Amino acid sequence: MRHKQNLVEFKIIRDRERCIQCEVCARQCAFEAHIFDADAREMESVDALCAGCQRCVSLCPTRALTVIKNPQEFRPDSYWTKNVLQGIYKQADTGGVLLSGMGTDKIYKSYWDRILLDASQVTNPSIDPLREPMELRTYLGAKPEKIELRSVGKTRKPRLAVKLAPQLRLETPIMFSAMSYGAISYNTITALARAAAKSGTFWNTGEGGFPKALYEYAPHTIVQVASGRFGVHSGYLNAASAVEIKIGQGAKPGIGGHLPGEKVSRLISETRMIPEGSDAISPAPHHDIYSIEDLAQLIGALKEATRYEKPISVKIAAVHNAAAIASGIVRAGADIVAIDGFRGGTGAAPTRIRDNVGIPIELALASVDERLRKEGIRHRASIVAGGGIRNSADVVKAIALGADAVYIATSALVAVGCHMCQKCYTGKCNWGIATQNDYLVKRLNPDIASERLSNLLKAWSREIKEMLGGMGIDAIESLRGNRLRLRAVDMTDTEMTILGIKPAGESL
Amino acid sequence: MKKIYAKPEYCMACRLCEIACFVKHSKSKKIIKAFREERGEFQARIIVEQSGPVSFALQCRHCEDAGCIEACLTGAMTRNPDGAVVCDENKCVGCWSCIMVCPYGVINHDRRRKKIAAKCDLCPDKNTPACVEACPNEALVYE
Repeated sequence: MRHKQNLVEFKIIRDRERCIQCEVCARQCAFEAHIFDADAREMESVDALCAGCQRCVSLCPTRALTVIKNPQEFRPDSYWTKNVLQGIYKQADTGGVLLSGMGTDKIYKSYWDRILLDASQVTNPSIDPLREPMELRTYLGAKPEKIELRSVGKTRKPRLAVKLAPQLRLETPIMFSAMSYGAISYNTITALARAAAKSGTFWNTGEGGFPKALYEYAPHTIVQVASGRFGVHSGYLNAASAVEIKIGQGAKPGIGGHLPGEKVSRLISETRMIPEGSDAISPAPHHDIYSIEDLAQLIGALKEATRYEKPISVKIAAVHNAAAIASGIVRAGADIVAIDGFRGGTGAAPTRIRDNVGIPIELALASVDERLRKEGIRHRASIVAGGGIRNSADVVKAIALGADAVYIATSALVAVGCHMCQKCYTGKCNWGIATQNDYLVKRLNPDIASERLSNLLKAWSREIKEMLGGMGIDAIESLRGNRLRLRAVDMTDTEMTILGIKPAGESL
Repeated sequence: MKKIYAKPEYCMACRLCEIACFVKHSKSKKIIKAFREERGEFQARIIVEQSGPVSFALQCRHCEDAGCIEACLTGAMTRNPDGAVVCDENKCVGCWSCIMVCPYGVINHDRRRKKIAAKCDLCPDKNTPACVEACPNEALVYE
């Protein structure tokens, strides 16, 4: 065997005093980093196989395990860092493209962390959400340009004269973004669907199709039409509450998808309508969309297929020209524009794409909202922002920057157990999330997971209400695009101009 | 009567239930000490059965028609007022008749004192049996 130059990423430290050789760690590690040496009656660990997912650490009944980053370094170099060298060594070994799961872990400026919220003091009263009503309900879809009323009957009751476009009703402005059945397990999508139904929001099937057994959650489901067109049929489109055309994904703009054949089980093959065991390849572009006019045709076709009863969303990755593209999408007839920032996660992406393509959601969102307002077409579509929303403060900031609602996925997976080891693409997810392995999928109990997801949404909603109350606002609608309630720290003038916010310390 | 039920669809064969049962029925009730000093002397009263990806934890079903009660020579195996089948360790002489008739194979030897037939006692001093409490995936329920 040739000598390997790579350093192992993690170090497994086993406290021999505490280890009782119960083998729980060995049974839980799909990467086989723990083995029981029957002769020595001792547990052994192989650092090189460890993915750092912390499954063993969290299940060890005696807390005998610690998994840490391997402190061994190459010769210190601030340019040719350990990561850089490891990448080169790995590619020299294999000749392959480096793969990663989840969102980029590189150090890029986080604008969320440089935006501060306002609060009321003396001259305008703040509101206590525990004592006064606070409205988080959000409707997604095209809004009428103006309201016309007509009077009806003898009492001349006013009635709306304009016909409203179809709307999605959200009880909290947070939805679960697209993750396909195939990329994640059946139990995980079941948990997402149940939690969405319980919390009055929506989950998104991704391009993995919509398993028949989950049709009971259809009133809380957004289905996706992506470049592979997997699982798309008229029943699928009509079952859902909205249809989303997926153009791009924040983690890998301009890149298609590939679900390896070994993951295409019988149920996945039925759901995706492809042969069992065959690779599911989503091309990078939609081969029938090469222009905004082509997109308009697909939007029109989907509206026709759903009898104009369902809002159509178009999801794009946040790229340099997002504002102009979003304008085209709205003009093409979309009811919702979903923008996915470069921190968005994925089941598998080439590492270099994940880490280097796209722009931060904060900047894309602000510029899209600004552009649509300037063009006078902001009311024709709702904006949904996603890609790296970590907590309720990020949600509030996104809405103040112009989003109607946000999409969360990484946060949702973390809520059900994900420890961000970035090994989704191996199909060996020890937490039972990103896997189709019969041994592993059972580890995610949808009863527990859906409760945890509902709890997360409940907690964030409460916090959002607190923040709104602090600003003296009693409805989330009044915050939308209200950038005057935001202030910037540690940003350049240009960044503040793009975000449309003032520096901290500057009054109205 | 409340019983322990297994949900094979969520059992991941981690065997933490076995560990919890072992510790609960050990002398010290301390996990590290129990494993160091008492391992091999007795077994957990719950067993994880596994075949391929299918697994579930099995313990005394407290059968309505309990063969072990009928087979017991000394009357040690009885049904308590709650409906649970329990073994009176003072009466048990270790004839192993119960082990032979148990259709689930969930009674085993306890070699610590004299010969005792040990089986799930539903942890009478706890609200929830130790195995159910220890299951990280709610694959065991007590209801």
